[in-house]
Amino acid sequence: MWIAGRAIPLEITDVNVGLLLILGITSMGVYGVALAGWSSNNKYSLLGGLRASAQMVSYEISLGLSLVGVLIMTGSFSLRQIVEAQGGHFWGFIPRWNVFHGQFIGFFVYLMAAYAETNRIPFDLPEAETELVAGYHTEYSAMKFAMFFMAEYANMITVACLATLLFFGGWNGPLFGPRILQDVLPIFWFVAKVFVFLFIYIWVRGTLPRFRYDQLMAFGWKFLLPLAIVNLIATAVAVAW
Amino acid sequence: MISVHLILFLAFGAVCVAGAINLLAQTHPINSALSLIVVMAALAGEYLLLGAEFVAAVQVIVYAGAIMVLFVFVIMLLNAGEEERTKGSRVAVLFGVPGMLIGSVLVAWVVLRHSDAGSVAAGALPGDPTRFGDLLFHDFLLPFEITSVLILIAIMGAVVLASKPQIVQKRKEH
Repeated sequence: MWIAGRAIPLEITDVNVGLLLILGITSMGVYGVALAGWSSNNKYSLLGGLRASAQMVSYEISLGLSLVGVLIMTGSFSLRQIVEAQGGHFWGFIPRWNVFHGQFIGFFVYLMAAYAETNRIPFDLPEAETELVAGYHTEYSAMKFAMFFMAEYANMITVACLATLLFFGGWNGPLFGPRILQDVLPIFWFVAKVFVFLFIYIWVRGTLPRFRYDQLMAFGWKFLLPLAIVNLIATAVAVAW
Repeated sequence: MISVHLILFLAFGAVCVAGAINLLAQTHPINSALSLIVVMAALAGEYLLLGAEFVAAVQVIVYAGAIMVLFVFVIMLLNAGEEERTKGSRVAVLFGVPGMLIGSVLVAWVVLRHSDAGSVAAGALPGDPTRFGDLLFHDFLLPFEITSVLILIAIMGAVVLASKPQIVQKRKEH
């Protein structure tokens, strides 16, 4: 964005291990769930908390591996460089987003792993109201419960932002109009894409039933992880060729 | 020479040492585990100060985010209770504490006397992921592959230990 002739990038900072930082912070989120379930001194909460944290830890692997495909194609952990590599078009109208540029499977692995990470339907057995009383947040009410849910929604927003940055071109989008509009339009495109992902989250929540826990773990380890590895190998081979 | 670098180093170091002392001082193991997480995070900060940003991020992801989760799971599942105070021996405290202090002072003195390695400026060694990957996959490829095989052996061991015991089928005589 240009103000008074100087380019001001609209980000706090561009760390060159940006993606790893985000992965690190999401992996710290497991503690909240595990400790909440255990400290409630309630067997339902303990079981719900352990299930939730085991689920989150299992799907973190597939999440990370699906992101490595994007990293191989871009060659950098820095989020700004990943988005900049997605500028431009194929054949004039298909945008050069990573999802069209070969990471289609990677995108779906990421989406499913992210739904499991954020404990949302169809993977929300540990916290559903009808299962185990209410799982790890049974004993919490009022503001503490609100904190749990604010954390869950913040997690959803983070996941949606990552999905747009890594797979859907981030803030790239058609720019038109006068200079001042062109400066503001990337913000609009980014927010619109994040909004689409949040819409899909809520849409899926209203549509699908939830997985049983053994189905959930089998899906994560026996289907999603091999698929993520195959995606990684295929991407690596394609880039090396 | 007071620089921001020194102040940050001392801050992270103080948090690290405080976490370590708290780990020993707490009676309940879950509090000790949480103190260990603080120590890991402070170490990640120290790595950042050295300019090793990749190692710092991986420290948080692997150590603080996965290994410590395992510790916390074990403490929860085993329902480990608070430490019980036993009648400690007076002699041990009387000789042990001064002995430890003298020992650590001696070690520190010897190390400082003979350290001609000098100090490392931040950013002097490669810390960015590109250079790191280069080193890992070219110069240090053999240790990398051996470590991967070691981890594979550990995973196989865990799967075998956690699997259901095999029921030996009696062969039917026809």
